[in-house]
Amino acid sequence: MSGLNINAVTKKFGNFAAVDNVQLNVPHGTFVCLLGPSGCGKTTLLRMIAGLEEPTSGAVVLDGEDITPLPTHKRNLGMVFQSLALFPHLSVGDNIAYALRIRGASKEEQKKRVDELLTLIHLPGFAARPVTQLSGGQRQRVAIARALALSPKLFLLDEPLSALDAKLREAMQVELRQLQQRLGITTIVVTHDQREAMTMADLVVVMGHGRILQAAPPIEIYRKPADAFVADFIGITNLLPAEVDSAGRTTILGTTIPGLAMPEGLTRASVSIRPEDVHLGKPGGSAITGSVSFVRDLGGTIETFVEAAGTTIVAVATPRERPDVSVGAKVGITLPPESCVVLGS
Amino acid sequence: MRREAPRSLADYTPLFFPGLMLVVFFVVPFSTMIAVSFFKRNPSGFYTPDFVIDNYARFLSAFFGGVLGFSLMLAVLVAIGCVCIGFPFTYLLTRRSRRVQTLWLVGLLSVLSLSEVIIGFAWSTLFSRTAGITNLLVTIGLMDKPVALLPTFGAVLTGMVYQALPYTVLVLYPALVRLDPTLTEAARTLGASPVKAFFNVVAPALRNTIVATLIMVFVFALGSYLLPQILGRPQHWTLSVLITDQAIYQSNMPFAAAMAVFLVLISLALVGMTLLVGRRENAL
Ligand SMILES: Nc1ncnc2c1ncn2[C@@H]1O[C@H](COP(=O)(O)OP(=O)(O)O)[C@@H](O)[C@H]1O
Ligand SMILES: [Mg+2]
Repeated sequence: MSGLNINAVTKKFGNFAAVDNVQLNVPHGTFVCLLGPSGCGKTTLLRMIAGLEEPTSGAVVLDGEDITPLPTHKRNLGMVFQSLALFPHLSVGDNIAYALRIRGASKEEQKKRVDELLTLIHLPGFAARPVTQLSGGQRQRVAIARALALSPKLFLLDEPLSALDAKLREAMQVELRQLQQRLGITTIVVTHDQREAMTMADLVVVMGHGRILQAAPPIEIYRKPADAFVADFIGITNLLPAEVDSAGRTTILGTTIPGLAMPEGLTRASVSIRPEDVHLGKPGGSAITGSVSFVRDLGGTIETFVEAAGTTIVAVATPRERPDVSVGAKVGITLPPESCVVLGS
Repeated sequence: MRREAPRSLADYTPLFFPGLMLVVFFVVPFSTMIAVSFFKRNPSGFYTPDFVIDNYARFLSAFFGGVLGFSLMLAVLVAIGCVCIGFPFTYLLTRRSRRVQTLWLVGLLSVLSLSEVIIGFAWSTLFSRTAGITNLLVTIGLMDKPVALLPTFGAVLTGMVYQALPYTVLVLYPALVRLDPTLTEAARTLGASPVKAFFNVVAPALRNTIVATLIMVFVFALGSYLLPQILGRPQHWTLSVLITDQAIYQSNMPFAAAMAVFLVLISLALVGMTLLVGRRENAL
């Protein structure tokens, strides 16, 4: 099968499993984001794919070939490190040409490829510059170009944008995604920034405590989180307790939500609903009654915090659909059943 | 870190004590030595104040020229030997766990507590015919009969490399510990075997450190005067041996001083060279 298969890979440091029985199929040409909080084993998993760390058990299979026993330098991959790891004693051009030089490519060949790659990363004419004189964003691009010099089968990046400021980071996310689509290269990016993952990925893999919690396209992860951890980690969400009453109706915070069905046999569960799906209106009717505790007007969006039955619910709206409320006002909260995701209790 | 420049005389007071020490223990003795190097030797006494350049002229003879050349060559070989052994060793050491590193460093530091005399006699025993390492080789059947490995040039070189190696490792260690380990890993993902990555990335990235270490060991070896006498023949004696000989046994202070001044000048020239190399590197 073409693409990357991670087969039941486990990595233990002593008794501690940094990566715990991870199973993942990455079809050829897919952009994957490994997403999770710090210390959940993302880097360790990436390093095992690169061969820089040896799995305790399991196998890494690339295009049908088991590459687990192959040393790093025989794996034909490009990797961008969190520290970038540009060679300080070499110029931009020599950094990019390093992999070609190792393989004994001719000077002309090296120069041609370096020029090609410098154009690709929008830094033409930078070949002779020392890497120590580049800005953060430029160093980032050079590290990417260096990793791509040999047109590798697999492109691995460990938190590549974390050192950049917010604005540049967003621009680089778009650029990286466009670059990947142009080259059609299988790419795995480690990040702890869910926005970054949503921007770039075909497939978002959410990890926690060394395990994969959910692997799905970004929108599915956002709309249908597998559990409370994923729902909470991806974007902002309201996690509300739901119960089935004696009449078989589902209630949230003591109010019946018509049309929301709980899975068979479940009487208590958590329900996740995104702030933009929460509607605020006049109290009464089938709405949950609450009082506004805080309004955060960000210009582009307005976040309204509502206290209801001892729980805070966040609702987000655009200024156009601005709810006419102020702190202390009584409001009715409507939760559309189609936007509610029932999670295990 | 950038600090405010000192503005008044009072700002310089912290420098007073080190300055005084430098004058008393370095500038004064060294000036005296320079002065003495131009004095005239008095065979019946010590020396008489004068200004002659005989001492330096005598130094330009074929014999002393040869000794100087040998000393420089020996020091260069010791420096190269130490860095060739010490650099890969220290690199591998920094990849080990903290505990292993500490154990090795403590071991190396304890070698520093040995005096040159002890090192010399230990090696002279190890290289001797009666009790030396060749006896071991005979026991395991690699040699027919034990031989004496000294006095030889090899013995001098071995002893001096042994003596300078702990310093080499201690100078290289901080730089190698601080070296970003992902540099080598990056080279490996780009297709370099670990050995290639070491020569392509680790060594060039630490060129300054290596040059500085080479010069430090070189200067250190230039001053060695006991080991060549214990482990070598007279033709393996260094300039430092001759300086000792002239100063103590021949009572020719002016000539000894002239040779010592010359040795110091060479050392200074090398320190200057290090600074120059460093400047060029920074300018890149
Ligand atoms: N070489 C190592 N020795 C011991 N523990 C390690 C080692 N590398 C990583 N770990 C541990 O494994 C866990 C996962 O680390 P890592 O993969 O770096 O997390 P992430 O990249 O998701 O922040 C962490 O708890 C870390 O302390
Ligand atoms: Mg990490």
